[in-house]
Amino acid sequence: MYPVLVATVAVAVIGFVMGMLLITVGKKFKVEVDEKQLAVREYLPGNNCGGCGYAGCDAMAEAIVKGEAPVNGCPVGGAPVAEKISQVMGVSAGDQEKMVAFVKCFGTCEHTSQKCNYVGIHDCAAAAASGLSPWACDYGCMGLGTCEKACPFGAIHVINGVAVVDRTLCKACGKCVSACPKHLIELIPDKATYAVRCSSREKGPTVKKSCDTGCIGYKLCVRQCEYEAITVENNIAHIDYEKCVGCGKCAEKCPAKAITLR
Amino acid sequence: MNSSLMLIIITTALVNNVVLSQFLGICSFLGVSKQIKTSASLGAAVIFVITIASAVANLLYTFLLEPLDLTYLNTIVFILVIATLVQIVEMFLKKVAPPLYQALGIYLPLITTNCAVLGVALTNVQDEYNFLESVTAGFGTGVGYTIAIVLLAGIRERIDESAIPAPFRGAPVVLLSAALMSIAFMGFSSLSL
Repeated sequence: MYPVLVATVAVAVIGFVMGMLLITVGKKFKVEVDEKQLAVREYLPGNNCGGCGYAGCDAMAEAIVKGEAPVNGCPVGGAPVAEKISQVMGVSAGDQEKMVAFVKCFGTCEHTSQKCNYVGIHDCAAAAASGLSPWACDYGCMGLGTCEKACPFGAIHVINGVAVVDRTLCKACGKCVSACPKHLIELIPDKATYAVRCSSREKGPTVKKSCDTGCIGYKLCVRQCEYEAITVENNIAHIDYEKCVGCGKCAEKCPAKAITLR
Repeated sequence: MNSSLMLIIITTALVNNVVLSQFLGICSFLGVSKQIKTSASLGAAVIFVITIASAVANLLYTFLLEPLDLTYLNTIVFILVIATLVQIVEMFLKKVAPPLYQALGIYLPLITTNCAVLGVALTNVQDEYNFLESVTAGFGTGVGYTIAIVLLAGIRERIDESAIPAPFRGAPVVLLSAALMSIAFMGFSSLSL
């Protein structure tokens, strides 16, 4: 009986001493954290994606409280989060539109063709470094999924040879935008209805040869638009979403069907 | 004296490498070895914790467990002490050295449950090391762990960019690389120290 008692008491005492030690140290070394910072951190999404440019949501909260970062600086949380944080900070959030990523290429297997077989590192950046694209169009999506790997939310997938963004999952953190070596991905307003699904800067005939849905720079859309929202530069149409009302006349007239309903 | 300490460092870091020869701490070895940078931070945290833990475990063993004839309780007592110790170190660093705390980040609490830490404390007792030798052995083990995990992270960074046959992608190829590393480290056992 005696050794059992000694063992029990000894372990209990060690445990007790350790517990007390933890409590004392915990009190003594308590770090004062700004209450505002805790509140701000509470409202941030907590994905730690780094889309805001800070090391994570904790660092972002600290920067917001210090006034270094804007209250609407979180691209993931968007307007709802900005509003809550602005209440904590006592400033107005301003209007912030929900943005989503959009892949400016629709050269799927049906619309374009492969000009060579790519065998190598399964990564767009690596393939782009070779200077060649496996697809007929040098500007188009290579479909090797670098953006898919970069997306922390699983919102972008290569379907039928082209990356497609799932609008419901996209948080507009911008990771894919910087990951794409062809610079095909752009953040556009979620409410935008029509978009140019091409990035080719080639002249019309060349585009037509390589892809049957590419923008040929025909400028019919420019003339159609009553709101002067479309410009063609470097043989590629661009929609200004500040002016676009989503009437769809451009998409109707586009001979190449490069402007489509999203 | 100095040469024997040197010997302990080489033995624990290379010959009896904690991960590749004794197979302790495998979980974090495989889990946190995706990037060289993060694995190096984890290695630094492990060196730090194991060194302190072996010192405290040794003191506890010589001044409490041995006099009370309770040496058979060493496992449970060491677990208790190491867990508390890591917590205290974490709080201490957060207050005193925030940059260091941020650098070690999530890894410090993770190490609480790393069996390598407990393994070293128990091995030290088994080998009847004195205080200085225990601390040295702890440090050496941490260095060995860091060497192993950084090497594996380097290998994995390269694996990620090569065309691996589909059945081997992911965990299998990592386990195979770890096994090959282990075989390579067996070469150290022929060192006549």
